[in-house]
Amino acid sequence: MLDAQPQAEAPKTRIERPLVEVHDLTMHFPIHSGLLRRRTGEVRAVDGISFSVMEGETLGLVGESGCGKSTAGRALLRLYDITSGSIRIEGTEIGDASQSYLRRYRPKMQMVFQDPQASLNPRMTVAAIIQEPLDEHTSLSTREKQHKVLELMDAVGLNRAFAGRYPHAFSGGQRQRIGIARALALNPKFIVCDEPIAALDVSIQAQVVNLLEDLQERFGLTYLFISHDLSMVRHIATRVAVMYLGRIVELAPREPLYAEPLHPYTRALLSAVPEADPDAVQARVMLTGDVPSPANPPKGCNFCTRCPEVMPVCHKIDPASREVRPGRHVACHLYDPAVMDGPEDTAPERPEAAQADAGRALAAAVRQETTREDAGKAAPDNDAGQPAQTEAEGR
Amino acid sequence: MATQAEAPVLDVRNLTTVFRTRRGEVHAVNDVSFHVAPGELLGVVGESGSGKSVTMMSLIGLLPTPPAEVRRGSVLFQGRDLLRMPAPELRRVRGGEIGFVFQDPMTSLNPVFTVGQQIAEPLRKHRGMDKRAARARAQELLELVGIPDARRRLSDYPHQFSGGMRQRVMIAIALACEPKLLIADEPTTALDVTIQAQIIDLMKRLREELGMAVIWITHDLGVVAGIADRVMVMYGGEVAEQAPTRALFREPAHPYTRALLKTVPTVRGARERRLTVIDGQPPILTEPPSRCPFRDRCAQAWGRCHRADPPLYPVSEGHDAACFLHDPQAQGAREAAHA
Repeated sequence: MLDAQPQAEAPKTRIERPLVEVHDLTMHFPIHSGLLRRRTGEVRAVDGISFSVMEGETLGLVGESGCGKSTAGRALLRLYDITSGSIRIEGTEIGDASQSYLRRYRPKMQMVFQDPQASLNPRMTVAAIIQEPLDEHTSLSTREKQHKVLELMDAVGLNRAFAGRYPHAFSGGQRQRIGIARALALNPKFIVCDEPIAALDVSIQAQVVNLLEDLQERFGLTYLFISHDLSMVRHIATRVAVMYLGRIVELAPREPLYAEPLHPYTRALLSAVPEADPDAVQARVMLTGDVPSPANPPKGCNFCTRCPEVMPVCHKIDPASREVRPGRHVACHLYDPAVMDGPEDTAPERPEAAQADAGRALAAAVRQETTREDAGKAAPDNDAGQPAQTEAEGR
Repeated sequence: MATQAEAPVLDVRNLTTVFRTRRGEVHAVNDVSFHVAPGELLGVVGESGSGKSVTMMSLIGLLPTPPAEVRRGSVLFQGRDLLRMPAPELRRVRGGEIGFVFQDPMTSLNPVFTVGQQIAEPLRKHRGMDKRAARARAQELLELVGIPDARRRLSDYPHQFSGGMRQRVMIAIALACEPKLLIADEPTTALDVTIQAQIIDLMKRLREELGMAVIWITHDLGVVAGIADRVMVMYGGEVAEQAPTRALFREPAHPYTRALLKTVPTVRGARERRLTVIDGQPPILTEPPSRCPFRDRCAQAWGRCHRADPPLYPVSEGHDAACFLHDPQAQGAREAAHA
């Protein structure tokens, strides 16, 4: 796997412009309970996220289950009526657009779903499935549509002879190809790929990822690639956004993110990925406890109940995302000079705010007093009360 | 074969399982032989349909028959053949001397009983403990698997636990009777990576403390690399390769293992420009096994692979591969295939 020599990839020189701009996107789902089904709370699935997707790039959106990454993808395409925020596609605001207005924009933005079994109508032939968007959005003649369907089948590597078959006759990987062909039918510019390979076997995943890359090059597509698979995202993405409990905690170009993750959550997440190498020395940042419920997120930073480097300020103030290095956005007090060098809350002077090791020592001192009470309150269903630990294996 | 100092805990020979369907037989497990030494962790790797789960279900008699039929083979567990054991005795072995952890901790726990009751059940059934003793032991077990506030949580129901915590409960149940062998079928697949890391860590610790043998079934080569002593790779219902973990990752001998190792991207080290692909699809096992199951996807296949099913050939000490490339009698053909 490590055949290739490490190579510094040339930074893109062309001027990039955003195809999709998301500002402060929020998607809350109401919780109704009691006899009168009154609204008693809300699940903050996506809680104020901002990012942009540049034309021609692949933005990876990673996070664990329940972090809101799929909801973000769906909200972005306005499959939901969003709670608040702004979504601009090629400069056009669609955040508050009506469904009839949106219909004009649908051909530009498409989606590939996780479960190719559930997202294809079992009573429609492959040709009919791929043709459906053409029926809905174009005025092509029947013959033109048929021709286009066969072209699309070629493009995604499906045998034309199978056009009359039904989805059940195909394997998982082939079904995902059908879903991709359908998404491509209207020549979209932007495709949200929601866990497109999660349901596929290891040996099939690479086939689909290579196909997505080929199609991107051929048709100039822009992807939002939503996945929990950090290694596949590293392969496919240009930039990566890491989500935790409805927020983007870190957003950075791919290589710097994987080489040196800055947010404590990103560090823990990356170190938890097991490596297919028995001799690998893995310094693992072990997180204790579970993700708190998005219906009842902790006060302050969302990650404060599990963070190995938590400080008192983290329980009070929600850190804003800031650009700490060119192109690298992190939402963490460790990188906020006002917090780290400020007189209150945190103790000693530190030469470098971005020096994580010092933060760890500091955090360890503070942790004992803070975690017990606060963590217990914030998340009844976890064991965040235990001190987190950093451990090195195999040294 | 490797010289085993101790007799294996589990010795499976020529296990063959078919499913009878209306469209004919599906040859899910073909002539699978392997063994697990006391205290050893054997990783079993394969894709869906490779036969890894069916193998484990067959050997402990958990497959519904019909449609399944264990047609041939023997499964010696501490010298006794599980396949020829009377049902009541087999029930005593299952859950007592052999513990299981399944993939989905939500569906394998009973939602209407408290966690404490579910951990106490095997203790009362297999160990004949009274209620109080079983409850005390259940609390110890919950503490052992790292559930905080164990005493209070004994009275909680499964839905009050998160996914990772439920999997810990499953492990506690499996460990209740101090099994000699624990079979874990994709125990971390349904969990997030940070939780997976916790469970893997827990299993490492428990193995050291309890000294049991473990069979860990997974599709994730990374998980296996970190914990297994030996790895068995399955493909198309057969054992493709088995080797000590380091040998498997350093010198994979079967073309399928080699391809599989190349197709998975990493989060560390060099990033590959393009993923290596294994062309084609896994086989549908409706034809009787008479040819190599990997032949249609193998870059090195030659005529012989289409005529006969390769047996396991020794590659080095304790390292076997079911591939004609390793047939010592066929050096000429091997060179031809490599050229």
